[in-house]
Parts: sequence; C-alpha cells; structure tokens
Amino acid sequence: MNSLKLNRFIDTAFKYVGIGFTSISLIILGIFLYNIITEGIARIDWDFLTSLPSRKAEKAGILTAWTGTAWILGLTAIISIPLGISAGVYLEEYGKKSRIASIVEVNIANLAGVPSIIYGLLGLEIFVRMMNMGSSILAGSFTLALLILPVIIVATREALKAVPKTLREASYGLGASKWQTIWYQVLPASAGGILTGIILALSRAIGETAPLIVIGALAYVPFVPQSPMDEFTVLPMQIFNWISRPQHEFQVNGAAAIIVLLAITFVMNGIAVYLRNKWQSRINW
Amino acid sequence: MKKYTEKVIEGGLAFSALLTILVTVGIIYVLFSESLSFFSEVSLWDFLTDTEWTPLFTQKHYGILPLLTGTLLTTGIAIATAMPFGLIIAIYLSEYAPKGLRKRVKPMMEILAAIPTVVYGFFALTVVTPWLQSFIPGVDTFNALSAGLVMGIMITPMVSSLSEDAMFAVPKSLREASFGMGATRFQTAFRVIVPAASSGILVSIILAIARAIGETMVVAVAAGQQPVLTLDPRQGVETITAFIVQVSLGDVQHGSVEYRTIFAAGMTLFIFTFALNHISYFIKKKFQEKYE
Repeated sequence: MNSLKLNRFIDTAFKYVGIGFTSISLIILGIFLYNIITEGIARIDWDFLTSLPSRKAEKAGILTAWTGTAWILGLTAIISIPLGISAGVYLEEYGKKSRIASIVEVNIANLAGVPSIIYGLLGLEIFVRMMNMGSSILAGSFTLALLILPVIIVATREALKAVPKTLREASYGLGASKWQTIWYQVLPASAGGILTGIILALSRAIGETAPLIVIGALAYVPFVPQSPMDEFTVLPMQIFNWISRPQHEFQVNGAAAIIVLLAITFVMNGIAVYLRNKWQSRINW
Repeated sequence: MKKYTEKVIEGGLAFSALLTILVTVGIIYVLFSESLSFFSEVSLWDFLTDTEWTPLFTQKHYGILPLLTGTLLTTGIAIATAMPFGLIIAIYLSEYAPKGLRKRVKPMMEILAAIPTVVYGFFALTVVTPWLQSFIPGVDTFNALSAGLVMGIMITPMVSSLSEDAMFAVPKSLREASFGMGATRFQTAFRVIVPAASSGILVSIILAIARAIGETMVVAVAAGQQPVLTLDPRQGVETITAFIVQVSLGDVQHGSVEYRTIFAAGMTLFIFTFALNHISYFIKKKFQEKYE
C-alpha cells in the first residue's frame, strides 16, 4: 500500500470511528430511556400522582414531591428572573467597558462553574441559619435562584447582543432616553432569547438535588406544602430516597418518578428549543 | 425629573449586577469562617496527612486523603471516558458529518446534557453496575468504576459541544489551504484544525474535570459511602461531595465538629474547582482572538 492509499484508508476508517462513537453515545441514551420506561411506566397511574408518600412501596405516591417541585419552580422563577435580567441589562447596556463590569464578568464565569453542592452550603448558612428561614421552600428557592442566576445573566446578554445597533439609534433619534430605548425597543426585541434562557435555567433548577439535600430538604414529607415557609421535598429528592433503598419495589417507584421528572424536563427543553427556532426564523435583522 | 428616574433605574440594575459579586463573597465567607472553626479543633497537618476519614465514628480521624482519592478516582475514570468520546464526536461532527446529520445529532446531545444527574445515578446503579459485574470479577454493588463511567457519559456532551465550537471557529481558509495541498480530512483535522483549536479543546477538558469533581448525585447513589484509601475502581469509595450528602442526610448537631467537616470538605472542593475555572477562563481570554 503506498502512502496515498494508506492516507485515504485512514481517512475513511476515522469516518467510521466517528460514526461509531457518535452512535454509541446515542445508543446509550436509548438503552437508558428504554430501561427506565419499561421499569417504571406500569407503576404510573392516577393514584401514584395523587398519593402521599408511604412506608409501603405499593401505596406510595409523589403528590408531595411534585407539589414541592411546583412551589420551588414558581418561587425560584420569581426571585431569579428580575435579578438575572437586570444584571444582564446592566452589563450589556450600561457598564460595558467599566472596570466593575469586567470584574463582574470574570465573577459570573466563575460562579457558573461552582459545583451546585457548594451553593447548598451557602444556602444552609445564609438562608437556613442566619436569616432563620429553616429548611423551607423559601430557603430552597433562594438557593436555587442564586445557582441559576449566572445562566440567566449570560442568556440575557447573548439575546441583547443580537439586537442590532440601528434599532437603538433609531430610538435615540426619536428622542428616547437610554432606559426608554431599552424598555420599549431592546427588551421586546430580545424577549424570545431571554425567555429561552430562562426556561433552560429553570429546567436545570427542578432537576437539582444536591443543594436541596444540604439545606435540609426532607425525603419524607407526609403533607402537601401550604406556604413558602413549609418544609418540603421535591421530585429528585424523592427519587434519590427511593433508589437508595435496596427493595426492588422502591426502585420501580423511583423509575416511575424519574419518568415524571424527565417528562417535565423534556417538555421545558422542548418549549425552549421551539421558542429559539421560532424567534430566530421570525426576526431576520 | 426624567434624568433622575434614569439614574435610579441604572442604580437598580447595577445593584443586581453587583449582587453576583456578593454571592461569591458569601460563598468564600461561609466556607472560610466554618473551616476556620474546624481547623481550630483539628490540625491542618492531620487533615492533609491522616489516611483515615471517620468523623462520624467514635474513633475520630479527619484525614481528607481518602475523600480526595475517591474524588480523583471517579473523576479520572469520567475524564478517561469523556475525553476520547467527546473529542472524536466533535471532530466527526465538525469535519466529517454532513450538515443535516449535524443538525439532528446536536439536539440529541443536548438531551443527554439536560437529564437531571440523580437520573444518571439510577442508571449507574441499576444498569451499568450489574453489567460490569457480569464480566469483571469482584465488582461491589457500589463502586467507583460504574459511577465514573456514567459520569463520563454525562459530561461527554459538554466536551463535544465546547470542542466542536472551537473547531468550527477555525477559519475556513485554513481548511481549504490544507485540502489544496492534497491533505485528507483526517490529516487536516489532526494537523491543522485540532492544533488551531487546541486552546478551546483544552478549556472544554478543564471545565469537564471541574464538573466531574463537583458532581454529587451520581457518586452519592452509585459510588458508595466508604472512605477508603484505594485506587481499585471495583471497590466502593466516598467522594468529597458524597460525604457532604451523607452528613446532610443524617441529623448532625449544628455547631459541632461533625457539622463543620462538611464546610472543610466543601472548602477543599471549592479550591479545586475555583482554580480550574480560572485557568480555563485565562486560557480562553488569552487565545481567543488569535485568528480574527
């Protein structure tokens, strides 16, 4: 074999290696989903969704878990969205070249890489102990809000960056002030991108387990939370609790709860992808 | 009046931005102050050199080494899995795959990245561990190998998408020059594109390591809770993160040394990830605009 042929052979061989590795990772994803669905789907029925947790696997349900997740989702959104968008707007529109902005930027890049369990330690000390919130939904929401803040800020900045200068200049030309331009022109024009980022960030928040374990969220909550100061559990906590038990019946419960959690995660991601595509195709600057 | 309102709004926005600095300050303050109290009772020397970690037993030892080796073992296995997978997929998608395929594979990779980590833990415990036990003798129910492998699968999309972005950003002219000299796609990929994108690829790997070190739920579910000083991947180990989970789930008295161990452990974890994140940020800033 001469070197030309050898090179062509290597080239073709690597193509198949590439196809192979890509397929393997997708096949693993397939096996994974298939395994969970066959294990848990039969367990999902109305009773499973509306029953309180129980020491008996066949009687246990996820009512407290999904209501806890809903509470956490709502409160985390209320706390993190205004803060995240404001910070993003400031960094992109106001403080672009200032020293503070560049420090904040390095800081956000760093915060995005801090392990989620560390946010749990922060929440435990600041919200649970110092602010006396206890292991409540509110403390959990504040902790998760801080965790997803960098994601929302980065998404906001990206969306604002995509708005062309001409739009801003036209607004200034008509006599609008800086804030009027941002509020009436720039933010509406970038709403799709910001919303996509927010949904992705929130879908990450509802899948988080570690920080909530650290702030003391309970695995066994026999009541539906009524106020933000109540103790709580969430779907990932309930799943963790069930799959940590040796009995097979609890593993099945875990798989069933995973299906519910994955359904919520995929729906949120689907909405985000849909919005992104719609927004990108509609506005062609 | 209008000018005044503008100023107030700008102030409010600036406050939100500065709040992110407050978060970092808060993290460092919390970890430092609790760790300081911890080290007033346990000597730093013991912490770094003792080979036993038994803060929850009557016979207490506070040596971080078993937790560190546990963390490095699972991280090592994860990176050994994610690096070849992630890079080969990135090169394939960026240099070989037809456009249509690339468009369809990327969202699927995003699905892999969106799955909550506790779900990966379930996968490691119920699928991967039994599979490993079927052909490797001596694999425990909880073991570092299974947790590491699954963590590798979990961070593969991160490595592949960041590296692919870096390769995609290499100007077309470089590729065309290489093809014009008669190079194959393989030669172009490995001798032109990969070296040109090396800083981006390095960043993706460093970030993947940081992610694996801080990953909690996979190891808490599948790697076990035995802080033993071992490099045998078939055994159960305990990582720093899994230990924090273990203490948090039990009822440890606030203010006790046991309670403070999780902050000392968290501090160790934070130092590692903080350093890795800053190295990657530095590399990114320094080499970013080489081709523009």
